[in-house]
Amino acid sequence: MIRIAIASGKGGTGKTTIAVNLALSLVEREPVQFIDCDVEEPNAHIFLKPRIKQVRSVKKLLPQVDEQLCNQCGECAKACEFNAIAVIGKKVLVYNDLCHGCGLCKMVCPTGAIHEIPHELGVIEAGEARGFPFAQGLLNVGEAMATPIIHALKDDIDQQYLTIIDAPPGTGCPTIAALYGADIALLVTEPTPFGLHDLKAAVGVARSLGVPIAVVINRNGIGDDRVERYCEQEGLSIPLRIPFDREIAALYSEGTPLVDALPAWKERFIHLYHEIISQGGEGATSVASGFMPDGLNKRRTQGATLSAAVDVPAVDIGPNEGPKKGEAG
Amino acid sequence: MKSVLFLSGKGGTGKTSLAGAFAFLAKEKILADCDVDAANLHLLLDPKITSEGNFQGIKLAVKDDEKCTSCGKCREVCRFQAIDEDFTIDSYMCEGCGACAYVCPVEAITLSPRVSGHWYTAETQLGPLASAELYPGEETSGKLVMLVKQKAYELGKEKNAKLLLIDGSPGIGCPVIASASGANLVILVTEPSLSGLHDLKRILGVVRHFGIAAYLVINKADINEKVSEKIEAFAAQEQLPVLGRIPYDRKVTEMMVVGKSAVEDEESLAGAAMSKIFERFTEVFRDH
Repeated sequence: MIRIAIASGKGGTGKTTIAVNLALSLVEREPVQFIDCDVEEPNAHIFLKPRIKQVRSVKKLLPQVDEQLCNQCGECAKACEFNAIAVIGKKVLVYNDLCHGCGLCKMVCPTGAIHEIPHELGVIEAGEARGFPFAQGLLNVGEAMATPIIHALKDDIDQQYLTIIDAPPGTGCPTIAALYGADIALLVTEPTPFGLHDLKAAVGVARSLGVPIAVVINRNGIGDDRVERYCEQEGLSIPLRIPFDREIAALYSEGTPLVDALPAWKERFIHLYHEIISQGGEGATSVASGFMPDGLNKRRTQGATLSAAVDVPAVDIGPNEGPKKGEAG
Repeated sequence: MKSVLFLSGKGGTGKTSLAGAFAFLAKEKILADCDVDAANLHLLLDPKITSEGNFQGIKLAVKDDEKCTSCGKCREVCRFQAIDEDFTIDSYMCEGCGACAYVCPVEAITLSPRVSGHWYTAETQLGPLASAELYPGEETSGKLVMLVKQKAYELGKEKNAKLLLIDGSPGIGCPVIASASGANLVILVTEPSLSGLHDLKRILGVVRHFGIAAYLVINKADINEKVSEKIEAFAAQEQLPVLGRIPYDRKVTEMMVVGKSAVEDEESLAGAAMSKIFERFTEVFRDH
């Protein structure tokens, strides 16, 4: 079934609100699965209160230098595109934050002094929430590289399900990793100059990936109408507008899903789903081909996790452990 | 020149609005927008560009199909799933490490530089600004963040500035870590929601991990008084000093629409709160 990625350039526009309420509105009609790809600051669990059943570690391979074998030739440092390894005097320093775990330093080392050790970037927690499968990634505090966790999370997607992906904010590598292969990008914005500026950036990212777009305006009524005008010019549909309302803000602040407190909203989220299905955001042609823009989604068939991200066996932590398990402090 | 960095973990809590207020109130300062994914600070300013340039991010593996013998060695070594079954290179997955080029026996693959964004410095009504824009779909925002900071420090030297105000990005990963190195003080901007508190805990972990002094501001504090109190209790427990609360005020958005900061409106309650926060900041900043 289709994959809907909920994204935004600007943070705090309401991605998680849309993702959570869309899932809760559709769950009685469609087989939904929820993937929280905002691995730096995942928040959907606050609203969905999942029962986490499995935790697995995502690692990258980090070079380690055997000083006995190293002759300080500097070939590793010369080869590294990320300046992640440097020869300083008799020492070779590896900068974890910069290392992508590509393994090139090991390949070029003429004395075989480099071997690689797995280094944990974060964890993936999987379980069940409100009757549907739920998974989220958590980047360890102090780690820089979020994308391997997002790729590993997406490898868990079961195509039998309608997948709702809560993407991270921004337009950089984590956002691209989350949006890649989605059938539609639901871009959430607010009608302010900041919202408009960042919506344009997000539209640019989705378009460069060939993912059809629909826009949701949150906190409608504040700011001005420039977002509406931009969407009209660009031919972007706006199948849902959520007004600014202190009650809605208060529900969000307490971690209560909108459709739980105000069930009338369910119909509007179901309407949102039908709208994006029937019109396919921009690029309506992709609907005919089952939401598959040219050349995309082929990666769905590849089940393997990134080999740079080494999977360790899943640990069963029992149904009563909260989602905080495994979160670095 | 000493620097203060605005971070939040969660997006949309008001980092840029507070940074904009500080820009209006502070003297002898340089402004740097390190949220290169979604730079917004310039929208509160009127920038006249003084210098600019292209940013070359990661390189991209490019294959000469005429030389390629489809031996498959590249696909074996690529750890990023960037080489497809038919040995075409997927530019969105490629991280530009060069492992494929190294193993290619016929030198069919080369690493090609690409322009991933652009940086600029500008004069604004509130002082000199360094900022950048990452092009849609491009990567390595951490590297661009470092470049913006470098440009800001150069501006600081040139203008003999005392203070660098850095607007950071949401999250806790690569661009945040790149912006945090060398900062003298971090102001964490949060909002009274369970998400805000959850994300605050994680970003505080990052800031403490790098040993940087942190202060807290609670924005839109009256949206949920109970959660605001919970956040203050957490701050007390963590010995995270609170610089102040800002009430929800539509004037913040109204002023943003006309490209101004709420502190420029004398009637704005949020503006008054931000001015107070700035006063407290000036007192504590001397010690950092």
